[in-house]
Order: sequence, then C-alpha cells, then structure tokens
Amino acid sequence: MTAHFNEMYQNGAVRAPYARLEGWTKAMPAELRHLKQAEAEALFRRIGITFAVYGEGGDPDRLIPFDMFPRVFTAQEWARLERGIKQRARALNAFLVDVYGRGEIVRSGRIPARLVYQNDAYEKAVVGFVPPKGVYSHIVGIDLVRTGPEDFFVLEDNCRTPSGVSYMLENREIMMRMFPDLFRENRIEPVDRYPEILRRTLASVAPQKCRHDPVVVILTPGHFNSAYYEHSFLADMMGVELVEGQDLFVQGEYVYMRTTEGPKRVDVIYRRIDDAFIDPLCFRPDSMLGIPGLMDVYRSGGVSICSAPGAGVADDKAVYTYVPEMIRFYLGEEPLLMNVPTWKCAEADDLAYVLDKLGDLVVKEVHGSGGYGMLIGPTSSAAEIETFRGRILADPGNYIAQPTLALSTTPTFVEQGIAPRHVDLRPYCLVGERIELVPGGLTRVALKEGSLVVNSSQGGGVKDTWVLAE
Amino acid sequence: MLLMVDHVTRYVYDRPVRRVVQSHRLTPSRFDGQKTLDWTITVTDGVAGGSFRDGAGDLLQGWTVPGPVSEIEVRVTGRVETRDLVGVLRGHRELVMPDCYLNDTPSTRADMAIIALADLATGAANPLSSAHILSDAVAEAIAYRPGATKAQTTAAEALALGEGVCQDHAHVLIAAARHIGLPARYVSGYLLVTDENSEAAHAWAELHVAGLGWVGFDPANACCPDDRYIRLGSGLDAQDAAPIRGVSRGVGQESLDVKVAVLSEQQ
Amino acid sequence: MLSRTAANLYWIARYMERAETAARLLEVGARISLLPSAQGYRNEWDSLLLAAGSSIGFRAKYGEAVPRNIESWLFFDRDNPSSVAASITSARENGRIVRTALTSQVWDALNGAFQDLRDLERQPRSGLELSRITEWTMRQCAMMRGAIDATLLRNDGYNFLNLGYYLERGDSTARLMDVKYYVLLPKIEYVGTGYDNYQWTTLLRALSSHRAFHWAYGGEVTASKIAHFLILNPQCPRSLITCVAGMNNHLGRLAKLYGQPTDLQARVAALQSQIEGLNEDMIFEEGLHEFLSRFIIETADLAAMVHETYLSGDMR
Repeated sequence: MTAHFNEMYQNGAVRAPYARLEGWTKAMPAELRHLKQAEAEALFRRIGITFAVYGEGGDPDRLIPFDMFPRVFTAQEWARLERGIKQRARALNAFLVDVYGRGEIVRSGRIPARLVYQNDAYEKAVVGFVPPKGVYSHIVGIDLVRTGPEDFFVLEDNCRTPSGVSYMLENREIMMRMFPDLFRENRIEPVDRYPEILRRTLASVAPQKCRHDPVVVILTPGHFNSAYYEHSFLADMMGVELVEGQDLFVQGEYVYMRTTEGPKRVDVIYRRIDDAFIDPLCFRPDSMLGIPGLMDVYRSGGVSICSAPGAGVADDKAVYTYVPEMIRFYLGEEPLLMNVPTWKCAEADDLAYVLDKLGDLVVKEVHGSGGYGMLIGPTSSAAEIETFRGRILADPGNYIAQPTLALSTTPTFVEQGIAPRHVDLRPYCLVGERIELVPGGLTRVALKEGSLVVNSSQGGGVKDTWVLAE
Repeated sequence: MLLMVDHVTRYVYDRPVRRVVQSHRLTPSRFDGQKTLDWTITVTDGVAGGSFRDGAGDLLQGWTVPGPVSEIEVRVTGRVETRDLVGVLRGHRELVMPDCYLNDTPSTRADMAIIALADLATGAANPLSSAHILSDAVAEAIAYRPGATKAQTTAAEALALGEGVCQDHAHVLIAAARHIGLPARYVSGYLLVTDENSEAAHAWAELHVAGLGWVGFDPANACCPDDRYIRLGSGLDAQDAAPIRGVSRGVGQESLDVKVAVLSEQQ
Repeated sequence: MLSRTAANLYWIARYMERAETAARLLEVGARISLLPSAQGYRNEWDSLLLAAGSSIGFRAKYGEAVPRNIESWLFFDRDNPSSVAASITSARENGRIVRTALTSQVWDALNGAFQDLRDLERQPRSGLELSRITEWTMRQCAMMRGAIDATLLRNDGYNFLNLGYYLERGDSTARLMDVKYYVLLPKIEYVGTGYDNYQWTTLLRALSSHRAFHWAYGGEVTASKIAHFLILNPQCPRSLITCVAGMNNHLGRLAKLYGQPTDLQARVAALQSQIEGLNEDMIFEEGLHEFLSRFIIETADLAAMVHETYLSGDMR
C-alpha cells in the first residue's frame, strides 16, 4: 500500500499548521486527557447531541465519538479549498437550472440524456420552473479527502440536505470550553456565524410574491428522525420555527403555519424531508409527512423550498463523474478540485475493467450512502468480492468504482496515546444571493487502526476542524 | 368541430371535512388541434390558488376549500373548437424531454405478457408503424368492459384479465411502447360520444415518434384522436395525469359522483 | 408561537398533573380500604376505577379488582393512558419535542422523572410500598412545577403550561371529590356517621390538604365544609375556584399578549363569576354529584375550545 500523507508530521518535522499543537499534547498527561475526554462526553450528552451523521439511521440515543485532537488547515490551504468548493457549488447549480430548462449540456453531448432524464432523482414536475436566484441547492456539502500536501479529491457532492453541520458547531463550542488556552495561542477562524449566514442565505431566496421580511422555517420529518437534534438546534440558533408537515397548510396561493395567533404565512421552507414526501398531491400520495398542495404553491411562486425539489439529480455518484465537465461547460474554468477517477459499471469497457480489478477497487452504489452497500476491495475477503461481483453483474448501472485512495491521517487520541488515523472533510457551502463558506467543516475520522471508513455507523468519530487566520 | 363541455364532479362527505386541497389539470391544452373559446372552472366555497403552466405544457391550478364542508362541487364548462390532426400534437409547447417518458411507474411496469405484446412490433418499418402495431394489439387484447377493473389496476393485471376501460388500454400501450424504447405518456381529456355505453371523460396514450413528435393513440376506440377529442393534460400514468387530485382533513368518508357531457354544435 | 409547540407545552402540564391525580387516586383507595368497617374493599376499589374513568379498560385486562392489580393499572400500566407511568412518559415525550422552549432546569426535572421511572419499573414490585410510589410521584410533579415557576420566561409558552395545569387540576379535584360520591351513595345510611367522616378525611389527606383544612375550618369534618374548601375557597390551591381563576388569569394574559380577546376567555370568566356567586348550600341543593358532573363536562368543553382557539392554528 502507498504511504499515507500525515497532516502533522512530514519527514520527521512538524508541519506549520500543527506547530503549536505539539507542545499542547506533550503538556497533557494521560490522566488529564482521560478526564477531558470524559468531560467532553458528558457535555455532548448534556446538550443531547446524539444522532447519526449523514442520515445513517441507527440508535437515536447513540453518541458519536468525539476526538479532541483538532484537524488544522492553514489560511493558504483553506483559500484554495474555498475557491474549489465555491466553483463546484456554482457549477452544480448551473447544471440544475440547465437540466430543468433547455438541457444544453445534454444537447451538446457532454452528458448522456439517460443519466439525467431517466434518473430517479429527476423531477419532471419542476421542469421549466426556475427557483428564485436560480438556486436549486442552497447548502452544498462536498466530501473531500486528501492524499498529499497539495492533493485534495472530491469524493462526493451532497446537494439535497447534507447533515452534520451541528457537529461542526458543537465540536467547536466544546473545544473552546475545554481548552480556552488553545484558542488564545492559535488564531483560529470562527465558525459560529454559520446559522446567521444560513438564515440570510435562505431569506435571500424568498419567492417573488414575498414583499415583506421573509418568514423562514425548518421542516423536519419529526422527533423520531435520527437528525432531529440537528433540526431543532439549527432552528434555535437561527431563531426560526421548527415545523412538521402537519403545522403547515396551503390556502389559496400561499403556505401558512398554524400558530397560536392564527395562520401565519411562510415564505421559505428549509426542508429536511425527501422530495418524495413533501407533497402527496404531487409525489407519493401515501406520504403523511408532507403538505398537500405545496408544489402548486411553489411552482406558482408563493413559497421557496430549499433545497429545491429535483436538486438530487446533481449529486448521484454517476452524475458526479461529469462535474468537472460541468465546470468547464458552464463556467469556462478548469476544475480547481479533482474528482476521484471513476469507472461507471453501466459502460461496458469500464465494467470489464472493474470486474477484472475488483480486489483493488472501492465499489459503491450510485445512490448509496453511509458506507453501506459498498465494497472495499483491498480489505475484503475473496468470498465477499465474489458476492459483490454477482450484485454488480445483476445491475451494473447501479454501481461505480474508484481506486482505493491513500487517505491522509491526522494525529488522534487512542487508547495507547496518540496515533495517526484516516480522515475526510465535509465543508458546507451556502448558496443564495451570495455564495459563502464558513472556514471549517466536519472532519470525520476512522477510529480503527488502518480503517478507511469514517462513517459513524462503522466506527467513525468526529473532530473539530480549524482554519488558521493569516 | 365546436365541442361544448359540462363536467360536474361532486364530492359528498358523510361528516364535514376541513382544508380540502385540490390540484387541477382541467384546462384544454394549447396546440393546433384545439382552440378554447371559453372555459370556466368553479369550486363551491373554494379559494383559487396559484396557477402556472408546467414543463409538459399543462395548465395547473390549485384550489383550497377551508371548510368545514359536507359537499364540494367542481364544475367545468366551456367551448372548444377542434381540428382533426390525425393524432399529431402539433404546435404544443413543452420543455420536458421525451426521454423522461421512458421511466416506468408501478401501474405501467411491463411484465412478461406485456413484453410479448411489445415484441409484435419487432421488425416494423419505422417507429410510427411500431406505434400503430402496438395500439392495434392492445385494442385486440383488451375488451372494453366497464367495471372489470379499478383505478388501481396495473397494466399487467389488465392485460392478464383481457378486459378493462380506457385507462387500462392506455396503461398497457404505454408499458409496451416504453419497453421498445418509445417514450410514452398518459393523456386525459374528453371525448364526444354517440352511444350511451361510452364515457365522455376519456383517456388515451401519446407516443413520441422521432420526426413527428408526440402522436396520440386511443386503443379503446382503435383510432388516433381527432376532432371529437379534447386534450387536458398528460403524465407518466393515470395518477400522474389525473385532472383532479385532492385530499382533505377529517375522518369523513368521501363519495364521488361524476357527470360529463360533451356535445357538438354544428357550425 | 407555533400551535404545536403550544400544544406540547399545554400537554406536558396536563400529563404531569394527570400523573399526580393517578397517584392521589391510589392513595384515596388505599386509605379507604384500610377502614375495618368497610364491607370488603372490593366495592371501594371498583368505585375508584369508575371515578378514574378507566373501569372498562381495567376489567378487560385484569378482571378482578384486587389491590395489586389496581396498583399496577394506576401506576405502571401503559395500557392505561392515565397511569402515572404513561402520563410521565407522555409528558417527557412532549418535552423532548419542544426541548428548546424549555430551560435546562425544567428539562432536567422532566427527564429526571422519566429516568427515575425507568429505574422504578426495573425494581421488583413486591419491594415497592404503595406510599413510596405515590410520594415519589408527587415529589416529581412538585419539582417540575418549581422549575417552571423559578426559571421559565413569562411568555406565551408559560401561559399555555399554566393553562394546562389549571384545567387538568380542576378536573382532577372534581373527579377525586366524586370518588366519594361513588363510594358512598349506595349506602345512604352512613351519612353523618364516623365512616362518612373518615372517608372525607381520607380525601383531604390525598389532596395534601388535611392540615390546611383544619387550620381554615377547625372542628368536625363535614361534607359542607369540605365542599366549601375544595370548591369555593380561593385559598385552597386545588379548589375549583382557584383552578378556574388560574385559567382566567392566563387566558387573559394570552388575550392581552396577542391583542385578541376570545370567546374562550369570556366563557371561563363567566364560569368563575358563577362559582363565586355560589355557597355550599346551593351546591348541595343541586346535588354534589350533579354539580361536579356539570363541572367536569364544562371542563371538557373548555379543553375543546382551547384546542379550537389556540392549538389548531385555524383561528381567525
């Protein structure tokens, strides 16, 4: 296997961003570390942040392990990432406006029609409708991995309702409470403006018919949902109502929420519910979570829905392979962030290659998430590989394959002390009238030695993510 | 031909309901084959919602009835001047790509029997003749018999039964056409009928033929739509193309009564 | 405020108060059945279930009304929606949904009660004294009230919580007094006897008002004094007049806050002045049971109006 890039140590020396952290760890005896770790856990339990990240399901009362060793980027590193992320978010939105309009990118032959128009996430119902400010995906979560000092790859895009941002904010809160000195010694860019920026972003895409200060709400499937904590946390931080489908109703041209002072008009809905469930009149008629008639109000300009229905067509793993092409086509720029080379099993040549090299590759379902339904060739048994081969052959179009990447590591507190563990990164890019990125994100860490799977459902934890000021 | 429509849908609830919400696709399409002279939709105690033309070219209109009400009447009246374009949907503006109509739905999924039917079109000279072969085959395979099937009956079930109504004919044709790679969709509308057994509320299918565009086929009447037809809207299947979709809040049982009259007035 | 949030707050209060009622009912039943001259405790417990409004559910599940079963039914059984366990669980579930509308003290009181309850449920029943579980319940309810009064912002949510408390408590006092009716009516010969007296005293004890009553009235416990105390005396924290005045107060604050008077408040104000115009003789003239039944029905109507006016979001 290739050598993994260690973000703290390079050739025996400490890399600049981590310079002040070496002394910090050396000055911390094991007992203190255990004490602090217990304190952090107690704090997380106290605030009730117990949910699965990225909609992985599972026990709603489970805590995700928090690793106190921060992950650090320099201002220069971040500036580059920021440009790349914003570029990608712009291109993804341009793609969405296009494929629900004239479909120029398809007409020009740059992306196969089948991939777009026969995609399960493509919503025929919103063709021809351009959402306010031409934004479909208002919160773009881009999953990144690093393989070297200058080498970042995009693993996948999340254009619908990327979750986990409450961890970014709470991890920081807890670190600041436990280690105030660290924040005095290092100049760390704050992330706590995120809720305010999110609110402003959502308000900036109020519908045309809204001529007042827009009323924004967050729509949750309910308190049984594994991400309910995040929904209520964001609503509270933004100072907006957290509503369920039953709290909203359509009358005439608008959507209203039921309040103790009577119906109150709602202008922008940040929904954490899938397209299929938001309106039983338009989509699944059996949905109890949605608001009947919502889509008619939406399409006649009476309310905004974030992310816009249909945004999912931009983030499946097969469409992903065309994002660099989108950047060139819509922005006339070269991609600043690289895609991981991807073989599409739907294509015969790629399929042959993938089947030949299954033992070396990572194979994923096109619509899968949470690290389920995937094969990591190098760490799988021959039997597992054969089983997976059968699944690919049964439905090749449902799979893509990528090389096993040498993910970077950062120092992580483990039982024996400190050891390198593999990490990824999800920053949250906000797109409205402006496009903004809070300096930080959610770093997930594979706590098992040698593991490349950072998903919380499979032994992953989270870290505070720092961006140093200039 | 000048067609006059009077379409009344009456919903009666055994207990009063609140917040009835409906989405209507009840306005004649705009294309060279029909011209709407006047058209009125009323909903008792209804508040009109926003209206818009969707990507498929259909005019959609939301309605809400705050209630509580025990009865709602939706009445559509109007006059449309029609022309026979031998089924071709000429001059219809739409943005949805034909490829979208290759996606199947639970009620239009092809089973072995539908695939066998679709195979009849193998070797046809061109897509248009494939479409005619399929439409004729469906007309042959399913006898018109009201009451034999329900609203939820799938294409596969209807074909197995060998009986059904216009919805079943359209579903089977759509399933077969998609199977051979022809985009196909469900169309709802009205039909001028002369005999008492036929329904004036009607449905048929449109198949997309390269070079010609969308062409209507009505296997129930073994023909292509002509000037006796009024086209309202389309969708992937009957549910997706329904002229009225609605829900209400409350525990009341709903009963439905529909009366449609289409008359012609010789000019 | 979102109607559903208001509903969650209102129901937190109602469920907590309901838990307390179930515990108090248990206490009344246990004490009455201890009296040696009673004609076997079975009838007494039956009456208790009747007053609790859950006689049918109990019969279907347990059949015979023996104390052990009744204890299970009123305290632990989740098939009984008004049991202590079911009520506390529902209150906590409502609280979890509106966590951000509560202070951490209120949440801790509510969540603490729920966690304790789970511990109690794991203990062998034989080791649990009845008095221990009833006292535990009242302590939890008191801590919850205290946390609300001491820490919660006096906004509309506070008013909805209190509305729930007063409405449920008024209903509960009426029902508990009515237990006495069910227990006693078939044996009219007991009226004015020591047995009668003992039952009234028991009721006072169950309402934690035994000592307060003696301070206020002194001397012999009579039906008439009790009726005055539990219905007409504004000093008694659980009297019907106190509960109605409490509702009126909080509805008034809501109407002012929202700048919108409501029919609901007008009706509660009317009820208050009607009760204020009564004396104990007038109540007994109508018949205590008849009066209480009327009050219970009125309370149910008011609850429906609270829903219509504020919790459905359909107003205006």
